[in-house]
Amino acid sequence: MINFQYLRTTSAKSALALLQKDKNSKFIAGGTNLIDLMKRGVTAPEKLIDINHVPLKQIELIGTKIHIGALATNSAVADHALIKEKLPLLSWALQAGASAQLRNVATVGGNMMQRTRCGYFYDTEMPCNKREAGSGCGALEGFNRMHAIFGTSDKCIAVHPSDMCVALVALDAEVVLLGPKGERKILFKDFHRLAGDTPQLDNNLKPDEMIVRVEIPLNNLAKHSYYLKVRDRASYAFALVSVAAGLELEDNKILSAHLAMGGVAHKPWRLTKAEEFLKGKEATEENFAQAAKLSMENAKGFGENNFKLKLAPNTIIEALNLAKRKA
Amino acid sequence: MENRILKDENDRVDGFLKVTGGAKYFAEYELPGLTYGVLVTSTITKGKITSLDTKAAEKAPGVIAVLSHLNKPSAPAYEQEGGSQMKIFYTDKIFYNGQPIAIVVANTFERATYAASLVKTSYAKEDFNTNLDKAIKDPKAKKLQGQPDYKRGVENAYKTAEIKIEQQYILPIETHNPMELHGIIADWRPANKVTVYAKTQGVKATQGTIANVFKIPIENIQVNSEFVGGGFGMGLKTWPLEIATVMASKHVGKPVKLVITRMQMFTMVGNRPTAIQKVGLGATKDGKLTGITHTAFGESATYENFTEGVVNMAKFMYQCDNVNTSYTIVPVDLGVPIWMRGPGEATGAFALESAIDEMAHELDMDPLDFRIKNDPEMDQQKNKPFSSKNIKEAYKLGAAKIGWSERKNKPGSLVEGPWQTGYGVSVGVFNANRGKASVKGTLKADGTLLLQSATSDIGPGTGTGMGLIASKLLNIPTNKITFELGDSSLPPAPSQGGSATLSTIGSAVNDVCLALKSTIAELAANSNMDATSNFVDVLKKNKLPSVEITKESQSGKERDNYSMYSFSIHFVQVKVHKLTGVVKVSKIVSVGDSGKIVSPKTARSQMVGGAVGGIGMALTEEAILDHRYGRYINNNFADYHVPVNADVPEIDVIFIDKPDFLVNPMGAKGMGEIALIGFSAAVANAVFNATGKRIRTLPITPDKILA
Repeated sequence: MINFQYLRTTSAKSALALLQKDKNSKFIAGGTNLIDLMKRGVTAPEKLIDINHVPLKQIELIGTKIHIGALATNSAVADHALIKEKLPLLSWALQAGASAQLRNVATVGGNMMQRTRCGYFYDTEMPCNKREAGSGCGALEGFNRMHAIFGTSDKCIAVHPSDMCVALVALDAEVVLLGPKGERKILFKDFHRLAGDTPQLDNNLKPDEMIVRVEIPLNNLAKHSYYLKVRDRASYAFALVSVAAGLELEDNKILSAHLAMGGVAHKPWRLTKAEEFLKGKEATEENFAQAAKLSMENAKGFGENNFKLKLAPNTIIEALNLAKRKA
Repeated sequence: MENRILKDENDRVDGFLKVTGGAKYFAEYELPGLTYGVLVTSTITKGKITSLDTKAAEKAPGVIAVLSHLNKPSAPAYEQEGGSQMKIFYTDKIFYNGQPIAIVVANTFERATYAASLVKTSYAKEDFNTNLDKAIKDPKAKKLQGQPDYKRGVENAYKTAEIKIEQQYILPIETHNPMELHGIIADWRPANKVTVYAKTQGVKATQGTIANVFKIPIENIQVNSEFVGGGFGMGLKTWPLEIATVMASKHVGKPVKLVITRMQMFTMVGNRPTAIQKVGLGATKDGKLTGITHTAFGESATYENFTEGVVNMAKFMYQCDNVNTSYTIVPVDLGVPIWMRGPGEATGAFALESAIDEMAHELDMDPLDFRIKNDPEMDQQKNKPFSSKNIKEAYKLGAAKIGWSERKNKPGSLVEGPWQTGYGVSVGVFNANRGKASVKGTLKADGTLLLQSATSDIGPGTGTGMGLIASKLLNIPTNKITFELGDSSLPPAPSQGGSATLSTIGSAVNDVCLALKSTIAELAANSNMDATSNFVDVLKKNKLPSVEITKESQSGKERDNYSMYSFSIHFVQVKVHKLTGVVKVSKIVSVGDSGKIVSPKTARSQMVGGAVGGIGMALTEEAILDHRYGRYINNNFADYHVPVNADVPEIDVIFIDKPDFLVNPMGAKGMGEIALIGFSAAVANAVFNATGKRIRTLPITPDKILA
């Protein structure tokens, strides 16, 4: 491993100051992805700033929003009574990710910041525009079974691997970022980016900013939500396709639908058209199927991932079926 | 090893050590002055090294040496012509991507790792191919006979049968990947004395390989391998990386430890290779097999040949007068494969047992009835009777346990919401091997028995089984018996492989125990004691602290007169999700027809482990190559999917438990391989029964179900 300097800090302010002082430094929290990237030679920060002792682990209801600190661990959030009661969808999405051991150290902020799991990104001997701009995309005509079908570019077809982020997008979360000029708040759906011509950029976090918390508005979805993750084994596998579904039902009428998909794009993929279609409709499998169909407009396969063109709508239908039944 | 029985005499003797961290594995030995090796590997797939710049690595902190073909560390056998082409550090040729080309030795692992990243290599690249299918179709690509063609009766008789099927079955590369990473500690001392701590399935084999390569007397080499964290076959060979470490220790005059990375586990220590097989079956309308043709192509390497028993089963498993097989190995530009649990037979059984199920479906017969109807009375290949075979009984027991009567012959009949349920069955079979081995037994006046043999325990519970054999013969409780293994200075034994350890070493234990018994009886008689006297009293009366006997044991003529096999039947229930294509194995019943069960707990564990491995082979495991680069895409445990607990239902294990004394004195046959062989076909057959979809390419992932 290439030598690096290790620093530890206890406040967000000092963490930010350290980050701004040195361009080639990185925050480390759980480190469940960053250490892998360093071992594989994908990244080699000169300084690691350990932020585990910065007090950003809160999980609390403030007014009509639930605030979750960037350093709350995935397991702490998933197991928290408030989350289980008010935002079960988020709890299930977290539990569908990684393994118990990883969830115990992985944090909310780290989960957002994790890089794609595309094999070409991790192998420095193979081309990857995300790792090395201009080197080409290995997946485009190679192994792309796990890859994106929405919002792709000819530079990159990688997917964002998070489950948590899919639920957060569906739940209209916001993310609070701290920079030199103080805090700014953006919609969670705008945090991650599409690859476009700059696949090396996963998100809109500025180099001198840090994630401090996410805020999730209370909703009426708890009774009818479901996180359905389709994967190659029952646990500890990234999604082929996942769907976060939340329905607000009155009798069998859909007052509002919240839908996002994972494993299909460079960012968590909100299904806005399907949501709009379902609003005011009866919660029937026919309507779910129509919503799923609408969701697939502009989807594109790259060979090995063509099956997702069928799996994705099927998963939307089944997630909606299960969310409806949940109660 | 410490022998600590927890509850009853059937407990695993090293269970306590293993669950408390007391078992010491090779990488845990701390030798004075220990140094650390890290390998540099090729980043091209075929060609030649044109330059290797080690200057920066050599100057890096803590680095002691960088060895490569440039400085050819001494290995006398490699200086001669002939032998395998993979003479590490004696060739500038690249045979595959990830091939070790240099070793950096430093005073810490981290420093060695960093320095290894500083070695800069240039290559002259050549065209390559890592794709078996492409090689088969390329008339110019080299193909070798993997096994002599076999024919009985009419060739390709299935083609003219009343009912016929002909299908192709494909298996991907599967890796052994035991939890414990591979490696070795080598300590070369003055006067050419070498001690190694190895991860090996055969300490004598490792000792012999080192002696051959370095041309030193075998007695100069001590190989220790008391505990092994899983092998599945990859420890049946002493790999170039191990030779490199011994070379390094010889060169630097210090002990060197090498533990390879998980990524390197995909390229340096073999795999179960890709196989493309065709099976043709012919039958009469009433379900009698009239022709079996099994043709297989398997991957091999360009620098060394690899063969396994892919087409063995077709020759004797079913009553059929017309059978022909062929097995071709095709060199591709990948690391050489090595036998993996159920080697060859597990590959072949997926094809044959899927095809049998397909034929039963064509005939509209229950696949169990079809198998029973074609069950052979004798081995038609060898023209000999089976030493024992209780397969019909096994069919009945397993079918009852899984609830086979719930199964409908029409696929897709059992539906509950989005889930479709199906049942599948398959047979597994493997040679009931027995080799030659020696065991030393020492009966002591303190009431204990020490048994010693240079065998191994990669997990099946060798010591436990041997203790139970001796306990019954000498009437000594198992907690008074110690079995020592994994030490090359002990009486010789073959490597642990081919399901032969219990049969081979157990027979020698049997012989030693009987000899000890008669020695005690003689001593008793000579000292006017009752013939049934306790050995402790007899030894004390004779003022002997102990008696010791070493026995070598092997089969007699009976092996020539009978066909000896272990059998298994796997019953599987699956649930397949209509919309998502997810397959869940929901019930498993594995029946073992492997003679007398000597060690019930470890035998059950073997079957359970085989079923879990079978789920992986059937549903999740595939080492994926990008053939454009010759590099693996999913070479880590996040992306190469071995089954997790949530993939595994409760597993019922049933043993026929009838002794076969023709095989060995215990009447026990091996069962490590049969636990896995055939399992993947049972899953595929169950998936077909659930959905009507026949998946002929493993693993059965959701995309294939949805296709």
